[in-house]
Amino acid sequence: MRYSIAAAALAAACWAGAAQAQHDTLSIGIAQFPSSLQPDIDAEVVRSYAMGFVIRQITAFGPDWKNSCLLCAELPTLDNGLVKIEDRPDGKKGMAVTIKLKPDLEWGDGVPVTAKDIAFTWKLGSDPASGFSNPNPWNRASSVDVVDDHTAVMHLTRVRADYNQWDQILPEHIEGPVVAKAAGAGDYLTGTVYNRAPLTPGLYDGPYMITGYDSGAQIVMEPNPHWAGTKPGFKRIVLKHIENTAALQANLLSGDVDMVAGEGIGLTIDQVLALQKQHPDAFHYEFRPSLAFEHIDLKKENPLLADVRVRRALLMAMDRQTMVEKLFHGTQKVATTWVNPLNPYYDPSIPVVNFDLAGAQALLKEAGWNPGADGICTNAAGARLSFELGTTAGNRLRELQEQVLQSNLKNACVEITLKNEPARTLFGETLKKRLYTGMEMYAWGSNVTESPLRTLGSSQIPTVANNYGGSNYIAFSDPKMDADIDVAETELDPAKQKLVWADMQKIYAEQLPVLPLFFRSEAHVTPTWLRGYQPTGQGDLSSYWAENWHPA
Amino acid sequence: MKRFLLARTGQAALVLLVMSFVIYSLIGLMPGDPIDIMIASNPGATPEVVAHLRAIYGLDQPIVLRYAHWLFAALHGDFGYSRTHSQPVMVVLLPALWQTCKLMLTSFILSVALAFLLGVLAALKPGGILDAIVSLFAFAGISVPVFWLALVFILIFAVTLHALPASGISTVGDGGFVDQARHLILPVTTLALANTGQFTRFVRAAMIETLRMDHVRTARAKGAGEGRIVLIHALRNAMIPVVTVMALSFGGLFSGALITETMFAQPGMGKMIYDAILGNDFNLALTGLLFATLVTLISNLLADLAYGWLDPRISL
Repeated sequence: MRYSIAAAALAAACWAGAAQAQHDTLSIGIAQFPSSLQPDIDAEVVRSYAMGFVIRQITAFGPDWKNSCLLCAELPTLDNGLVKIEDRPDGKKGMAVTIKLKPDLEWGDGVPVTAKDIAFTWKLGSDPASGFSNPNPWNRASSVDVVDDHTAVMHLTRVRADYNQWDQILPEHIEGPVVAKAAGAGDYLTGTVYNRAPLTPGLYDGPYMITGYDSGAQIVMEPNPHWAGTKPGFKRIVLKHIENTAALQANLLSGDVDMVAGEGIGLTIDQVLALQKQHPDAFHYEFRPSLAFEHIDLKKENPLLADVRVRRALLMAMDRQTMVEKLFHGTQKVATTWVNPLNPYYDPSIPVVNFDLAGAQALLKEAGWNPGADGICTNAAGARLSFELGTTAGNRLRELQEQVLQSNLKNACVEITLKNEPARTLFGETLKKRLYTGMEMYAWGSNVTESPLRTLGSSQIPTVANNYGGSNYIAFSDPKMDADIDVAETELDPAKQKLVWADMQKIYAEQLPVLPLFFRSEAHVTPTWLRGYQPTGQGDLSSYWAENWHPA
Repeated sequence: MKRFLLARTGQAALVLLVMSFVIYSLIGLMPGDPIDIMIASNPGATPEVVAHLRAIYGLDQPIVLRYAHWLFAALHGDFGYSRTHSQPVMVVLLPALWQTCKLMLTSFILSVALAFLLGVLAALKPGGILDAIVSLFAFAGISVPVFWLALVFILIFAVTLHALPASGISTVGDGGFVDQARHLILPVTTLALANTGQFTRFVRAAMIETLRMDHVRTARAKGAGEGRIVLIHALRNAMIPVVTVMALSFGGLFSGALITETMFAQPGMGKMIYDAILGNDFNLALTGLLFATLVTLISNLLADLAYGWLDPRISL
């Protein structure tokens, strides 16, 4: 009997060992491929995802949407004394933020990660000639003091709420010579070692490093021998680019890929729902609410939309709850404003506008719109309540949403004509130059505690004068909102922050400059044997904690 | 002959020059620019940053000036830098070209061989059972969408039978000849089947017409064997229209296998050019399209030379 138990235990151990060996490589399917491996040149989700395995930010928002240290030893705050308000030479208030790096950090070639790397990255990121598409993390500081190998003090030009959010740092011993050689603006972009020689181990300070790279095809990563954190669970991680999502599904079923990245760079949510229905036990499925806010922009200058009662009636006539239940099996949450309920500044007291067809019809009547012979409302001047609704052509889900909303609004005597355009036309011309006439449906994303400056700040309205910069495509302009945004960007007291965010949500819900639809969910498909995988639903992606992933 | 070659080379150079300007202008006319794509959903992209990025990438200059810069550099062997791959254009283009050569040449040779075999067999007895079967096969090859055929092959051979890889060019950690060949089987078969149908129809039609000609009848009357009649007397004459079609198809092969490459995740020229156009990657799109144009011009030139060889009455 004893021998039997021992034999069974041995067999089980062997089996477990075999299973472990079988899963020493994790192959991940991605439908997009990064255009660059340099972490700061392009703000692509797929680039962030890929680089999340190999290079770490100083801080990141975790799956709980709370900011935490990845490279730093302690999150800088006013309470722990690592942040101080200081007087600046111009008489204004600034901040001194002390970043203490973990003591055992090393690049993939064994060179220590030091505060000099922070100073180098700050200098590069602050220089407009470097071509960083998002210099904001670094040009917030006007100077950096390197205190010792592990400590740097960043001097911020003003008091700001995002003082303890810091991006990844670059290796001075690798990228320094490139920067020194760069003669003109943009030379760094073409010279960076991340793109010229991506297999250089010294570029990476994360748990994995890139050991194979075929542009447009695949990225191979293996454990970084100088990583001091949790030992990575795989001998190899492969990111395999399969652009066609039907082929990506087939690859998943054939076992050519083990999982699909869920952060909007793999399968669409309807494909994952169909896969779950057909193969419920083959994979682990998780639908993680995200910050992507699906909504309809309303043209400010359209006289039919000038009356807030009309805008409210449009929202009341849309049966958004049924739409998300039928199209997405209830995996996406109906939105009240742009602030996700998972956001710490979400105000639950803002009333949800529920579907109320009778209420919508009454409100339209009150605004002077009465149904005509063909069922479409007209006003006393004879104008028809008719709008063009556009979205990204070829996006099957959005086209389905359009049809549902068109039908909903017709019931409330509103005529909707669909006018879709390719994504590059919609974003490159129609929205940017504000050429749309009625409604445009799309999604925008934001960081966890990012203020709505980009989308609601009056300084961010795209115009000829600012070369169509900014993303306030609805031309929303409200002095109270601008003032609130300013406070949201600078207020350090969380209680006051919450108040000002509540006020912004109230303004938004009252004025309805856009019609909120729902928050998209990320659809994650992972192998049943994968452990330690935690999707986040926001800009700091699951791969930032990839060292915790391991086979069962 | 020398004069013919010189004239055609001059024509080709002119066509390439005109094409380069037309393609560059057309890409420039598309909505948005690379910076619009780059800054989408980018919280840090203030109007100042956008303006600076446009200046860095040279997008603040008129398109004619940008084209002139590109042309000058290209004439000196510098085809520029690919924005979507962050590498020099030639570093991106050459591996894609090699991948396309492997995929396309294999499938082209396979489909031509199959087309000649099936087309000739069908033409021997038009209206017979074999002709009906070959015609069915050819029409199926022409009418079945490539993406559907690719998916069916993936589902049968990769998902159900686990006999062949579903996508990619090699297995990580292997990459030997056999491994690469296994990865090519499904895409090559898909492309070959799609092309074979079209080529078979042309071969069949040309052969039926030739087999009815007087010289074939005369050969038969002189007692020549059927094999000799088909291979020597008929096939060579039937090849002239077939060569034209194949030459045109050959040029298209270097830019036209987008669907197959996308379905099987093969990073070849078709997908590279498509992605470059969508990503407003002027340098890569332009160089890729010009290369495809060059291959088309060369294959047409070879077809013209082949006419002279096939039919000595044609003088160049």
